[in-house]
Amino acid sequence: MFPLLILHVVLGAVVVALGDRLGRRAFAVAAIAPAATLAWLIPQLGGIVDGDPVTSSISWVSGLDLALELRADAFSAVMLLLVSVIGLAVCAYALGYFGAGKAGVGRLAGLMTIFAGSMSGLVLSDHLLSLFVFWELTSVTSYLLIGNDDTNPRARDAGLQALLITGSGGLVMLAGLVLLGQSAGTYRLSELVASPPAGAVSTTALMLVLIGAFTKSAQWPFSSWLPGAMVAPTPISTYLHAATMVKAGVYLVARLAPVFATTAGWRPVVLAVGSVTMIVGGWRALRQVDLKVLLAHGTVSQLGFMMILVGAGTYGLAQAAVVVLLAHGAFKAALFMVVGVIDHQTHTRDIRRLAGFGPGWGSVKVTAVLAAASMAGVPPLLGFIAKEKALLSAIDGHFIGAWWVVAAIVVGSVLTFSYSARFVLGVFGRLTDESAVDAEHPLVGPEVAVPSRAFTAPGLILAVFSLAAGLAPVLVDSLVAEATRSLHPEAKPKAVVLWAGFNSALALSVIVIAVGVVAALAGRRVEAAQTAFHRPVAKLPTADRSFWVLLQSVLRAAKRTTRIVQNGSLPIYLMVILGVSALAPIVPAATGLDELPVFADTWLHIPLAALIVAAAVGSTIVHRRIAAALMLGAAGYGMAGLYVVQGAPDLALTQFAIETLATVLFVLVLQVLPRTFTDRSAAVIAPVRIVVAAAVGVSVFVFSLAASQSRADVDQASISAEMLERSVPDGKGANVVNVILVDFRGLDTLGEITVLLVAGLGVVALARTVHRKRLETTSLVPSPVVDASARVLFASILALSIYFLFAGHNQPGGGFVGGLTAGAAISLLYIAGGNPAVRRLLPVRPWTVLGGGLLIAVVTAIVPILLGGAVLEHALFEAELPLLGKIKTTSALPFDIGVFLVVIGLVLMAYEAFGDDPEDSEDSAGSRAVVTS
Amino acid sequence: MSIVLALVTAVLFACGSWLLMQRRLTRIVIGIGLLGHGANLLLITAGGPAGRPPLIGADPIDSLSDPLPQALALTAIVITFGVTAFLLALGYRSWQITTDDAVENDIEDTMVARREADGPEGPVDDGEPTTSEIGEM
Repeated sequence: MFPLLILHVVLGAVVVALGDRLGRRAFAVAAIAPAATLAWLIPQLGGIVDGDPVTSSISWVSGLDLALELRADAFSAVMLLLVSVIGLAVCAYALGYFGAGKAGVGRLAGLMTIFAGSMSGLVLSDHLLSLFVFWELTSVTSYLLIGNDDTNPRARDAGLQALLITGSGGLVMLAGLVLLGQSAGTYRLSELVASPPAGAVSTTALMLVLIGAFTKSAQWPFSSWLPGAMVAPTPISTYLHAATMVKAGVYLVARLAPVFATTAGWRPVVLAVGSVTMIVGGWRALRQVDLKVLLAHGTVSQLGFMMILVGAGTYGLAQAAVVVLLAHGAFKAALFMVVGVIDHQTHTRDIRRLAGFGPGWGSVKVTAVLAAASMAGVPPLLGFIAKEKALLSAIDGHFIGAWWVVAAIVVGSVLTFSYSARFVLGVFGRLTDESAVDAEHPLVGPEVAVPSRAFTAPGLILAVFSLAAGLAPVLVDSLVAEATRSLHPEAKPKAVVLWAGFNSALALSVIVIAVGVVAALAGRRVEAAQTAFHRPVAKLPTADRSFWVLLQSVLRAAKRTTRIVQNGSLPIYLMVILGVSALAPIVPAATGLDELPVFADTWLHIPLAALIVAAAVGSTIVHRRIAAALMLGAAGYGMAGLYVVQGAPDLALTQFAIETLATVLFVLVLQVLPRTFTDRSAAVIAPVRIVVAAAVGVSVFVFSLAASQSRADVDQASISAEMLERSVPDGKGANVVNVILVDFRGLDTLGEITVLLVAGLGVVALARTVHRKRLETTSLVPSPVVDASARVLFASILALSIYFLFAGHNQPGGGFVGGLTAGAAISLLYIAGGNPAVRRLLPVRPWTVLGGGLLIAVVTAIVPILLGGAVLEHALFEAELPLLGKIKTTSALPFDIGVFLVVIGLVLMAYEAFGDDPEDSEDSAGSRAVVTS
Repeated sequence: MSIVLALVTAVLFACGSWLLMQRRLTRIVIGIGLLGHGANLLLITAGGPAGRPPLIGADPIDSLSDPLPQALALTAIVITFGVTAFLLALGYRSWQITTDDAVENDIEDTMVARREADGPEGPVDDGEPTTSEIGEM
């Protein structure tokens, strides 16, 4: 079954890709797909009819029970027959329908093939979620097919309406399917109906699923999209919007009804919606002058009929529904093909302008009469058998509302007979109306060109099938019986027969036909009565109009909301984000707070805390930029003090070095900016800002207390404890923090230094775009004393940084700390002599250092893989070196050297970017061009 | 976590957020710096009470402070430095172009907000299209 679905998609894609190169022959190519389906199905049919479904399954995510489960039982086979046989007929018909050189035909044929694949997948799916996916695929392909003529605004609107209604219905259905699957514990359709869930959740789920089914099968009040969809070319309307896709909702309800029909609310909802749809659709069909729109409303009515039959949930009505599915597929497709032939030859479908056709039109007339008679339920056609079976089963049906069903079917059938008669009379030219005829829109009659045999044959074949199956129902009987059993395993369906004897159903059929004949004879009077009835009704909003009004108001509301929430002010966006993130956790965090902890762990915290708080508050108050930056630095030194007290020397070292570097950077940048801030915020914003900031503070306060209390629950065998244990034996280092950085979590570090590299490149790219003069304030006045002492200090600080780097594995230090210390040394050089001084002592370019560092780290990470180990697996080295003595290290050292170089490179990049003009450097021009281009 | 440290964290976050909601890029950079401090403090205190430096051998293992948050905070400090440098470069660039370091309103969003709501209105008649209006194919 899977190759079949894949064939549809591939073939469809190829035909779409070929575009108009094939012309109308695209449909000949597209016919391969339904032919393949038939070729696959027919040999299996014997087994399927014997009650032996074909299954196939591909597991996708077995842990989530996600699988593509296909299952072809007899009911699926009925649907698949509709899809493939009518697909073939439509392809043959389209060859005659589309003129040579018509644009967009290739796309139509390809999309239709993809649709056929989706529809086949839908009726074969045994898994609720894959069923949903195929369901939505049919909605999407339907949208594309309706709107295929994208220059026509009506086509676009109709496509959009169809997509929005069926698509949103599909989403509602998805919610229902998930609820259903969760409460049943299985997503298999076959298992679900074998052991159905019960209770409020499954009732809700079923109502949601029903909404999806109603939108798809154009049930009132979701039916407005179907008449609109008639804007599509007739072959498409025939296939999707009469024979197959619109039956998807009926199909799903048929699958669920046998076990869920007795659920609270199911029967009232389905029977009410179905009968309103059947009657409203029939009534509206009766007023139409466009043959195609008449048929569309007729389809709506018939879908309502089918919904009643499958929704009632008894096997007798289900059996009738299967016959109706077959009969409707045949006669409605044939009728659409008749309309398409007329439209193609006369360029009109208005019954007021059709004055009857000449002798060459015999086969069209036969098709129209046979198919319409089947639709009207006239013996001996298949439609009659279906209607008889339905009436008989409804009369015998032992459920509340059975008589309601009988009444709805009778009323609906009278209307169906009437509009069928109207269709036939229209085709035969008996409903011409002078008021619709003028010079531009003349009457069309016997002089019209006769359609070719090939063009009329597909419709004729389907119509003849309606007659043959009606005369000899044994043709379909075993398939229908088994399809009924696959829905209702306990069913003992009686054979479908043409003549079931004199009974109440036959009496009702006679009444229906008699009333229908009278109504057809008194056609003009019926029309007048309808018009009179519609004068007051026309003022009521139609479902169609309501849809567009609703859509407009949604768009307007969206615009209004956008104007408020997306007004362009970034501070306001941040206010919303911060406000929400402050409020969201506060309640759960506060409830997690059992008791207030101690005021302070140690008195050392108190002065440090005071320093940080004062600096933080100060940085928000001061007006001078540089003062604010220095306040940030002060807070940073306070933090470093806290780290010392907390027992984190690596952090303290890092923080000290960073604050020094950051302060120099701020000074470099801020010297070009105005000295003070000028606040120009609106008066409304300022207080809100304070409130939001305070809320964030309170939220963090509560959260941090609650979070540290919940830590007590963590058992001792935490990941940190394991790291402490394994640091020396596995990481060969005593400084656990450094071992974590270069070994246990080394891959994270690799990612982080990559971020540093990107930041460094970004800094240079952003700031180094213009040349600038060396600013007087950037460096101290050159002085030999400063210069000499700077060189001495540089050398000693650099030595310290290298010590940090090498000792870091066992003592506080490491690549980050060492690199930052070296960065501080470079700052010193910069302050003494600007960038030229830096370059004299460090002749390597900043980007070389940065990139080289990352390269070393990456190579260290990768080499173990090449040697057959894991990423960043480290080896132990021991070596005797001059001066330094015996060195015992691991290959983590080169990795740390990489980190060291990246950090130095970042500092160098910052000076390169913000420092004085590098013009005076001989080799900078070329390199700069590379970086800034 | 003691009340004092929680209070420090709260003040750092509050001041940082307040600065973040400004239009001056300099203030935003400083705000990010304060938020970084606050986040690091939160990380470190999440590691439990103070202890001896996590160096194996010098002290008994159960007296050591938790090394994992320290490693996380260490890289966070360095990354914050990188971000600060980058934001300063942004401010610098903004000054070069506009002689100001203000964050202006987002132009795209302003245009979106000004745009008129448009969408299909649907057919204007009573929703039952008649012959000639329906597909010509």
